[in-house]
Amino acid sequence: MNILVCVSKTPDTTAKIDFTADNKEYNEKGKQFIMNPYDEWYALVRAIELKEANGGEVTVINAGPASNDPILRKGLAIGADKAVRIDVDSRDSYHNAFQIAAYAKGKNYDLIVAGKETIDFNGSIFGSMLAELMELPFISYSSKLEYKDGTATVHRDVEGGVEIVKVSPPFVLSAAKGLAEQRIPNMRGIMMAKRKPLEVVEAVEAGERTRIQEFELPEDKGAVKMVDPEDMDELVRLLHEEAKVI
Amino acid sequence: MILVFAESKDGKFKKNAFEIALLGSQLAKERNQDCAAVVLGDHHQPSELSGYGISKIYHVNNSALNDFDDFAYRDVIAGLANELGANTVLLSHTALGKALAGRLSVRLEAACISAVKGFENTGGQLRWVKPVFSGKAFAHYEAVAEKSVVSLIPNSLSVTKAEVSPEVEEKDVEFNKSKVELVERNVVTGKVPLPEAERVVSAGRGMKGPENWDIIEELAEALNATTACSRPVADSEWRPHHEHVGQTGIAIRPNLYIAIGISGAIQHLAGVNNSKVIVVINKDSEAPFFKAADYGVCADLFDVVPKLTEAVKRFKADNG
Ligand SMILES: Cc1cc2nc3c(=O)[nH]c(=O)nc-3n(C[C@H](O)[C@H](O)[C@H](O)COP(=O)(O)OP(=O)(O)OC[C@H]3O[C@@H](n4cnc5c(N)ncnc54)[C@H](O)[C@@H]3O)c2cc1C
Repeated sequence: MNILVCVSKTPDTTAKIDFTADNKEYNEKGKQFIMNPYDEWYALVRAIELKEANGGEVTVINAGPASNDPILRKGLAIGADKAVRIDVDSRDSYHNAFQIAAYAKGKNYDLIVAGKETIDFNGSIFGSMLAELMELPFISYSSKLEYKDGTATVHRDVEGGVEIVKVSPPFVLSAAKGLAEQRIPNMRGIMMAKRKPLEVVEAVEAGERTRIQEFELPEDKGAVKMVDPEDMDELVRLLHEEAKVI
Repeated sequence: MILVFAESKDGKFKKNAFEIALLGSQLAKERNQDCAAVVLGDHHQPSELSGYGISKIYHVNNSALNDFDDFAYRDVIAGLANELGANTVLLSHTALGKALAGRLSVRLEAACISAVKGFENTGGQLRWVKPVFSGKAFAHYEAVAEKSVVSLIPNSLSVTKAEVSPEVEEKDVEFNKSKVELVERNVVTGKVPLPEAERVVSAGRGMKGPENWDIIEELAEALNATTACSRPVADSEWRPHHEHVGQTGIAIRPNLYIAIGISGAIQHLAGVNNSKVIVVINKDSEAPFFKAADYGVCADLFDVVPKLTEAVKRFKADNG
């Protein structure tokens, strides 16, 4: 199986969220960046497992500047065979999907995988855009995938449970928790990653379709109101009269 | 023209259908446009969408559309949007909306802004407000295309009725189906699904084990709430995976979130910090969750949860 895994770079899950003085951009100063967890733990690891079981090759791809290379190297250390970076400043999901579709078209990947969303913009739209651009079937929020005799049986998370679907490659899939277990790269993987190819390709002409005009932090909640554990009637009264939620 | 896609299940509207209709009608008013709705598959009563400000309901009454299929839904919604000359298509940010929005936007050559909580009009320029960084900030988005596909996080608007009685028109739109075959659906029935729940009772590792969940279920029942849990609880299989909220689980924004025996790790808060009111019950006064809470009770949960359930029952008995 030849599998393309789309990975992106996000601030660490515990990174402080603040913005540049004009509130137009995330303040990257002093921040730790990681591979988006859904891309790393679920999409990439399941792709490597499928390759281990069925043969083939796993390629990690990112559309972004050279400062994203460490993310791709990490993908190689975890077990991808090669990496591709499309050299461009990424702008929005559509712009990213368009770049990656332009690269992937005609390369006959059996499977293209990405995380269900990125933990910075929480869009959940990249995978379905890519699928439409590639004219391929798409399975969103997949928490399990089994592949046998040319058919994949996939669980997709829906409200209150799962739907089980069958589909034959090629298709696009977005990965959720459950699809695989996180793999920590070992020393050998890290050493080998240095010798694996990281190809930089030129971007194609494409525009963005959305623009962020401003970021804003949520209002301060104010201090918590502590309620006497012996007086739950008081809590119910507050929830009814003050908070108006019951 | 604004077109809203109103989701249904088993021939009935989902709660988010009324919410998306309301968003459509609010936007229509703001822009002085009309707003139509599209309903797919067998349906008992499409006119139920009356009174939410929609001026027309298109019902594509074809049982091949009963189950979600992204190709078919794309074809029908994009086909209708093009026929009506709609410049905005609104969906709910549900499992279905997440699977469809991107595809639909590419087909319509539209901007795609997903998971918004509403819009604002800044000097004639429409901006969509969207939680980002897992609920830790908001971004104000503008479309830089003529058309937009926008999805709304469930529970973002409180649904009120408006006085419009739209006409229902049966409509045929051509579509193709994808090569994805649905073989089984395994979902709990009869419960309000977590993302749509107005009240949520959630519990964590402080519960000690799955055998202790009766007190959580009882409180949830008294409040007419849906149950949720923290990640280690789902990982240990004390509770089903679909109850897991947070960064790696699902993100919710109920009116009331009661967190019981949950420490309030940043990755847990990522899924619940947009709840309107948060109550925390924890025996450790230093638990980080108290900082994110509106109301707190510092006590042993095994002691205080049954007392809270009794108090809710008393309140309900007194207030009919
Ligand atoms: C990248 C990443 C993603 C993650 N994603 C998620 C996610 O999506 N969702 C999530 O929930 N977690 C997530 N986590 C895990 C998260 O960091 C915490 O470990 C987890 O939320 C802790 O769960 P908990 O609060 O139930 O358990 P604990 O942290 O063990 O807290 C138990 C709490 O119960 C209290 N308690 C114990 N006994 C009692 C009692 N008798 N009465 C009252 N209170 C009591 C304790 O004081 C404590 O505060 C993620 C972690 C990482 C690194």
